[in-house]
Amino acid sequence: MENAQEVIRLKELARNTRKLILESLAEAGSGHPGGSLSAVELLVTLYFHVMRHEPKDPHWQDRDRFFLSKGHAAPLLYAILAQAGYFPVEELMTLRKLGARLQGHPSMGVPGVEAPAGSEGIGLSLGLGTALAGKMDRRGYRTYVLMGDGEQQEGQVWEAAMAASKYRVDNLTAIIDRNGIQQDGLTEQIMPLEPLAAKWRAFNWNVIEVDGYDFSQLLDGFDLAANTRNRPTVVIAHTVKGKGISFMEWSPHYHGTAPSKEKLSDVLSELK
Amino acid sequence: MTLEKLAAMRDAYGDALIELGATNRNVVVLGADTTGSLKSGVFASEFPERMFNFGIAEQNLVSVAAGFALAGKIPFAGTYAIFVPGKCVDQIRNNIAYPNLSVKIVCSHGGISVGPDGASHQQVEDIAIMRSIPKMRVIVPADAVSTKAIVKAVAEIPGPFYIRLTRPSTPVVYEEGFDYRFGEATVVRDGSDVAIFACGIMVAEAVRAADSLKEKGLSAAVVDVHTVKPIDSKTLVSFARKCGRVVTAEEHNIVGGMGSAVAEVLCEERPVPMRRVGVMDTFGESGDAGELLKKYGLTSMHIADEALSLVSSGR
Repeated sequence: MENAQEVIRLKELARNTRKLILESLAEAGSGHPGGSLSAVELLVTLYFHVMRHEPKDPHWQDRDRFFLSKGHAAPLLYAILAQAGYFPVEELMTLRKLGARLQGHPSMGVPGVEAPAGSEGIGLSLGLGTALAGKMDRRGYRTYVLMGDGEQQEGQVWEAAMAASKYRVDNLTAIIDRNGIQQDGLTEQIMPLEPLAAKWRAFNWNVIEVDGYDFSQLLDGFDLAANTRNRPTVVIAHTVKGKGISFMEWSPHYHGTAPSKEKLSDVLSELK
Repeated sequence: MTLEKLAAMRDAYGDALIELGATNRNVVVLGADTTGSLKSGVFASEFPERMFNFGIAEQNLVSVAAGFALAGKIPFAGTYAIFVPGKCVDQIRNNIAYPNLSVKIVCSHGGISVGPDGASHQQVEDIAIMRSIPKMRVIVPADAVSTKAIVKAVAEIPGPFYIRLTRPSTPVVYEEGFDYRFGEATVVRDGSDVAIFACGIMVAEAVRAADSLKEKGLSAAVVDVHTVKPIDSKTLVSFARKCGRVVTAEEHNIVGGMGSAVAEVLCEERPVPMRRVGVMDTFGESGDAGELLKKYGLTSMHIADEALSLVSSGR
């Protein structure tokens, strides 16, 4: 890791991202805090350090692409895009409201959103198609796809995994937010995923495991992915559902329950 | 129009893809282990770098096609109609239709004329499924000539399409040079006593029915409603008004297909006595295509009988 100043900058962005997620969810009155909070550092690292993108020109042809496969983490994506300058931060308070651009799950028409999401298990295929097109056109962009761990239970994820290694799409990086919890409970109780890394290795992917809150590991991991040839990379980020808010951490209940407006100031006071 | 010459819609699809590949470098072709059967595989001989085979994984096929479209490509993706849309409604809806992407889904083996493979492979629900999805356009070509024209045309029209082809070679209805106009039904034959609205292989049967009705002194119009969505309400209403009686004919379940789409229009715009020829809400079985079409009521005779019953009932 090159400099401590950069980590301090990213940490401050992560703290502000959590604040915006919780504020927008409290205002909306519904939505998914758990899986938004768990993946904050992953997106902060991508959008504020790793990816080449131009918020003032969202359709720039050579931009790196990010696909949110776990669409219920929309509040996270919106908070990131707003801070990056794709749209005003104030717009976050329109989340889930009638007539707003910021739908409960991402949709087209929001600057910076590459594709709709919400149905689990289908985002990796989208990223694969875009990555293949980029190779065909000899464009240098990279494609990133953030998946949840629960959605690893969807068969289509493994269809895409097979195809990505067949076509050696080394410009594709998948990220798994391995927080261990899905709507009904623990992933290992609902439908066990382990050994997850071994599964991806068996599909001929380059597998990198990181602590999802250690910026140094995240930066090194994405760097390694970008420099891996002839194979796609999956970064399995070990995370905590509801990260940063004590009563939301490890809680299946807060997969899909928004904080109340009344408790918001207490909740925000927990953010370091 | 003799209907004596047979040609395969799948061959026409392959021909159209080769022509498109040469003129439009954004066209890519995606398959799922049926590219030989669909004749989409011929594209690889000319443009190997633009042909992808994703194996027996239809959901991935559909979503990857959306990914290509997001990057500016014009993907033609397909397999047998039983699998797409059969296995992939969510992917078609959320990845392609919702963002209104230019993915052209072209599938073969629609209907029961698939034959000996049996009901598991006989897709009789696809028109209903696809036309219920917002923004999706649905086309069921009548023959090989119109298939080629339609495939080439949709490459130039932004947005999603579903094109349903047939497995067996079928009678050629149109002359070379068939002019496809998006959103307009094609009047195959004018008439004044009964209007037959048909799509797919039932267009040729409708023409034969019109011939037999003529011998009985009835003037039957035949309209090819190849574009089931958006449906050409104007032409439907004008023929309903002129003929006063309507028979629809499709190789699809009687529930939700082209006949239903016609009924939706005419009930609101110009109600007239109407009969629908189609698969009567049942599954098919193994058999030769011809035997099946006869057993399941999908021949010119069935169309003519329905027309005659409308007339004889005084309606």
